[in-house]
Amino acid sequence: MKEVLRESRHLVRAALLFLGGVLAFLFIRQALVPKGFGEYGHFRSGALADNRDRPPSFAGMAACEECHSEVVAARKGSRHARVRCEACHGPLAAHASDPTTGKPARPDPKTVCLVCHLKDVAKPKGFPAVDPAEHGDGESCGVCHKPHHPEVG
Amino acid sequence: MFVDRRGFLKEGGRLLVLSAAAAGALDSVLAGRPEEADAYRLADHWWGMIIDIEKCIGCGNCVRACKTENDVPTEPYYFRTWVERYHVPPKDLVHPEAEDHPEVDSPNGGYDGFKEKYRAGDGSKNFFVPKLCNHCAHSPCVQVCPVGATFESPDGVVLVDKEYCLGCRYCVQACPYGCRFIDPRTETVDKCSLCYHRITKGRTTACCETCPTGARTLGDLKDPRDPIHEFLRTHGVQILKPQMATGAKVYYNGLDGSVR
Repeated sequence: MKEVLRESRHLVRAALLFLGGVLAFLFIRQALVPKGFGEYGHFRSGALADNRDRPPSFAGMAACEECHSEVVAARKGSRHARVRCEACHGPLAAHASDPTTGKPARPDPKTVCLVCHLKDVAKPKGFPAVDPAEHGDGESCGVCHKPHHPEVG
Repeated sequence: MFVDRRGFLKEGGRLLVLSAAAAGALDSVLAGRPEEADAYRLADHWWGMIIDIEKCIGCGNCVRACKTENDVPTEPYYFRTWVERYHVPPKDLVHPEAEDHPEVDSPNGGYDGFKEKYRAGDGSKNFFVPKLCNHCAHSPCVQVCPVGATFESPDGVVLVDKEYCLGCRYCVQACPYGCRFIDPRTETVDKCSLCYHRITKGRTTACCETCPTGARTLGDLKDPRDPIHEFLRTHGVQILKPQMATGAKVYYNGLDGSVR
């Protein structure tokens, strides 16, 4: 019996060394792999929450319509009825969460209209677009067209 | 103290069971509020987008809105979404077999809109093509990331883990659509997240929110009531670079064959 033990001592040593290596690997792996890695795939599941946590800048038209029902009524039936508020008025999430602050500036029809309605051959056929040198005698668009209901007459 | 074998096994077993339960409890305490505690369930969504070329007027609202919403640097000229203007000259009548060679321009990504450059009536074809990450189902950028910092989320959005990104730029090279850039402030990669912070909370993306003509529409391909299904059924849609088998989920209506 003693003989066997003495002769297999080198095997035991190798086995212990191996075991130590495996434990060290498991320990280091545990320390280095971040929490949630592999939960949904080859990535850290917490990254989903990181991506979700940004505050929005644009409130969305539903938020605007909660208060500004008079504008909803004014736009009804017009060709601009489906243009969303923040397309012209800019990002207003701060104003939507606290209506007393960040009151939006009224866009100047002279510039804001041409963002969309400046003539370009690449625009879809039938889209109303003008060359300001030929249309409107240099007047501001707002003289004839109301931005919320742009049809004339 | 004397412990017989029976007692030892009993106590040991009890300890094992208890510590497992305690470890589980501790885990859930450490994790805090579970991720899907609110109404949004990852497994119920599969996001995509429709872009209708026939409606795009090249106003650049989407480009500006995206930069505002997602804090994209205005300079140097990086974009999560941008608009290209295509000018396809008429066929060369001497060499009609030659391929189309469209002229493409995108001054500042369309951020400042487009100045008129081409004249009507010369037989050319002109149109705008908005571009963004195609949120591929089999994304080349995800396949090359060596650390798992870019991934396809379970709801079909290709996202970046900014804490884990090394800035190695493999994915920037791998994207066939040129949709990625290195954010100079963080030296990590940045790209369209399909406004993940908005769409998971019931809003649409910033670009869809500000598109005045409805050329862009966000769609949930797992929602049977989403109008995207009706649109896909009734229109001839195309994806960009279908030969690359990326499984792109941005569908273009009225896309010209010359678009790359």
